[in-house]
Amino acid sequence: MSDIRWYKFSSPQTFYPLAGALAPWFGVAAALFAGYGLYISFFLAPTDFQQGEAYRIIFIHVPAAWMSMFLYLIMAGWAAIGLAWHTRLSSMMAVAIAPTGALMTFIALWTGALWGKPMWGAWWVWDARLTSELILLFLYLGFMFLHAAIDDPRRADRAAAVIAIVGAINVPIIYFSVKWWNTLHQGASVSLTRIPTMASTMLWGMLIMSIAFWLYAIAVVLIRVRCVILERERNADWVKQLGADA
Amino acid sequence: MNNTSLIDCMTTVIARDLRIALRRRADVMTSLIFFVIAVSLFPLGIGADPVLLRTLGPGVVWVAALLACMLALARLFASDHADGTLEQLVLSPQPLSMLVLAKTAAHWLTTGLPLVIIAPVLGLQFGLDSEALLILIASLLLGTPTLSLIGGIGAALTLGLPGGGALLALLVLPLYIPVLIFGAGAVEATAAALGATAHLSILGALLLGTIVFAPWATALALKIAIE
Repeated sequence: MSDIRWYKFSSPQTFYPLAGALAPWFGVAAALFAGYGLYISFFLAPTDFQQGEAYRIIFIHVPAAWMSMFLYLIMAGWAAIGLAWHTRLSSMMAVAIAPTGALMTFIALWTGALWGKPMWGAWWVWDARLTSELILLFLYLGFMFLHAAIDDPRRADRAAAVIAIVGAINVPIIYFSVKWWNTLHQGASVSLTRIPTMASTMLWGMLIMSIAFWLYAIAVVLIRVRCVILERERNADWVKQLGADA
Repeated sequence: MNNTSLIDCMTTVIARDLRIALRRRADVMTSLIFFVIAVSLFPLGIGADPVLLRTLGPGVVWVAALLACMLALARLFASDHADGTLEQLVLSPQPLSMLVLAKTAAHWLTTGLPLVIIAPVLGLQFGLDSEALLILIASLLLGTPTLSLIGGIGAALTLGLPGGGALLALLVLPLYIPVLIFGAGAVEATAAALGATAHLSILGALLLGTIVFAPWATALALKIAIE
């Protein structure tokens, strides 16, 4: 076991080329899955008997909403690891994830508004899920702005990590408080504990689109973390060497 | 190591902060007056219809109290940071989280408690009945300490940053939402004759939870800010 170097890729220097090698693969896979997923969404999935064609935005809306919540937890997790063990790369990962997470939250809100207009007759309603998704966007922005406001990157990493962790603890509290406050949003149609209430092609389309979003997020985060590494390590010898070679 | 007990240290911190607040009364009054002015703006903005005001009253008073609490946060650590007291607190042998708890308690006594005391007068302006006023006091009494404790995290994180005020709002306001929902909800539930015990219980639970976790996170944030 001792010859497996578990921490080899925890150094920015070794992770930089690995991320560069992996990112295109994830990008291509994301494009393939998105192409297939969109084909299912637009051509194979049946028209909904209640909502007509308008429901098809679900194939963007639901994966984006899933990713927005998932990415926040991943971001907070990396930030917490960086805070606890002072691993530079973990904090860089958190910084690289935040914009993608915020983008996903924004897409979920925007497509939700587009979906809400024909279904509920309003662009926006003060419903529990919409409101907590909006608050999630504020949490992402808080993390990004706090990080941007502190000049020293190490202090910025650690301070942003604290707010990310506090936010992660608060997400369920905010979610349930808003839920008890007001609820109009339809209940979840997909759950692990019971049989889905939607047609299986719709479900497949949504799952494949989710995988596409997931792969896209990984590809983008890997590319962004490479930029963060170069920026932070610009005075390191290996980065200078990289610049000299190029 | 000296043999001063933790309780002694905490009471010293509280007494010191209270004494400073008493000598700088204008600071304390500012956020209180902000609270009164902010609440008075709403009838001017939305009209003086008594029925409308009675519906909006609890929410307006709560939102204004929340904003007043937030504006006062900048003072929580700023002056101690400027004159070096904060570094001494961080270096002291006592656990920083307990000292933070003491500082937050003093801060609440000088900013939160005055809001609670003046709030019924403002509630009267919105035509709330006596039962609703009582619940308003109770909900503010349970809710504003939570606001101070959560706000302490934001105040510590933005310590010494340029343009910290707006950033502090962005960090802290999303975390205030549960307190606002249950605080204003308690008064609204009373007005609708539904009973406010559930709301008040949750406010109490939030307070107990934040007493445990917030000073720890604030202490961590202070160490990050100072090192």
